[in-house]
Amino acid sequence: MSRLRSALEAGEFVVTGEIAPPLGTDLSAMRRAIEILGPVSTALNVTDNQGATLHLSSLAASRVVVDMGFEPIFQQTCRDRNRLALQSDLLAAATLDLKNVLVVTGDDPRGGDHPQAKGVFDLDSTQLLEVVSGMNDGHDMTGRPLKGGCDFFAGAAMFPEAEPWDIQIGRALEKAQAGARFFQTQAIFDFDKLARATQAMHDAGSYVIAGVLLLRSPKVIDFINAKLAGLMIPDDIASRIRDADDPTEAAIQLAIEQVRAARGIADGVHVMPLGLDDAVPRILREAGVVA
Amino acid sequence: MIITRPRDWARIRANLDEIGAKKVFIMGCGECATMSHTGGQPEVLQAKVALEQQGREVTGWSVGDVACHSGGQRLEVRKHHGEIESADAVLVLACGAGVQTMADAVDKPVFPGLESVFLGNVVRHGQFEERCQMCGDCVLDRTAGICPVTTCPKGLLNGPCGGMWMGKCEVLTDRECVHVRIRRRLAEQGRAKTAAPLPPKDYSKKLKPGQLDLRDRALGHEKADTGTGSDS
Repeated sequence: MSRLRSALEAGEFVVTGEIAPPLGTDLSAMRRAIEILGPVSTALNVTDNQGATLHLSSLAASRVVVDMGFEPIFQQTCRDRNRLALQSDLLAAATLDLKNVLVVTGDDPRGGDHPQAKGVFDLDSTQLLEVVSGMNDGHDMTGRPLKGGCDFFAGAAMFPEAEPWDIQIGRALEKAQAGARFFQTQAIFDFDKLARATQAMHDAGSYVIAGVLLLRSPKVIDFINAKLAGLMIPDDIASRIRDADDPTEAAIQLAIEQVRAARGIADGVHVMPLGLDDAVPRILREAGVVA
Repeated sequence: MIITRPRDWARIRANLDEIGAKKVFIMGCGECATMSHTGGQPEVLQAKVALEQQGREVTGWSVGDVACHSGGQRLEVRKHHGEIESADAVLVLACGAGVQTMADAVDKPVFPGLESVFLGNVVRHGQFEERCQMCGDCVLDRTAGICPVTTCPKGLLNGPCGGMWMGKCEVLTDRECVHVRIRRRLAEQGRAKTAAPLPPKDYSKKLKPGQLDLRDRALGHEKADTGTGSDS
């Protein structure tokens, strides 16, 4: 069974990290990141052509995480593959011993490094979650039985701070209904909104892992505000980093506070280090999450 | 109607140069391309000037009723038989359907003079918007008359996606998210409660190439309507 699942079901506060596969075949930097984040994480998300930019596949990179003794969360976007390829890769993931899958829509190709690419979106994230649920029940999306089934712990993304909230929560509940057992959130800055989202998802029987973003420099803040879909850093948070003598240290202190705050509300934290991987173990230690 | 935009003249010039075309006949379209201001009489005459400035002779031109109508196009070709016969190539200022109709009607090399871009609603004169992609599997009954297949940049049936922010679209940031609009309108009409996620789309309803023969329908062979043979 998925370690992430058993930890969540046991009521443990989980930590998920994020691993970006390389553009190329040199795995050394990715392995270093896994070595740093693996020991302090319950599971590691392995992104799938993140930001619609070309990288080594999540499938192959997730297996590297397994081989190094850690547990990956295989990410699947709906952007790059049709329903045949998505199901085929899910079967491949099961045979590669990948137990968690995070299903997301995927950024539009026109914002990525291959803007001429055709966005596939044959299925959307809700529909793909249904497919994963069906595979867990032993059949493909046409109903044909699988020779050897799957037992994925499926998750989805949600954004507790995006308005309109009624639509946002309605959408998350549909994903839960379709089989999302855990939700990883976009970066949280308003913890009252995290509490509201967590309550709603707990009522639907799903877990919530709160996103914490390491805003290591004013440049990173500018990049996020300009480039990352649907994410805005609040002014008070941004100025705390901008006005600091040591922005990196200020970002680390902020993250420690956010992990502590999330601990009282959600079922875990999803740390997005944005290159500051080395700081993650310290953040988790000082927040009292790991020994 | 089919919305077209002018094709890059460098590409047209390269097409004609490639076969050494000195003499060109120009065919426009009296329907969609006239409405789009891309293949009506004024645009055909502009193309004539452009070709002449390139040192080519325009043997003649015509704007028939509808460029994609095989019978009508053959009639137009007969009317201009001599002008077309003396040309090295035909330049068609119509959609891709019109270009192919012309290519079937004459023995000469036929080149596209426009780019076909979408099936457009006329918002007002000279302003068009894409609202339908002719998918053959309409969901407008479930989406309050707003097509997510066409008007969501990702074509998602269920949304919003994770990029929606304050009700706005992630890709076209000045627009309201289509899925927010759909959910709002369903709620206003008291239909939100019964709205369930839409199932995956049946792309076999729209296999290429589409084909329809009304005689088949009269004979009860409905499946010919889809051009797929797999209607259920």
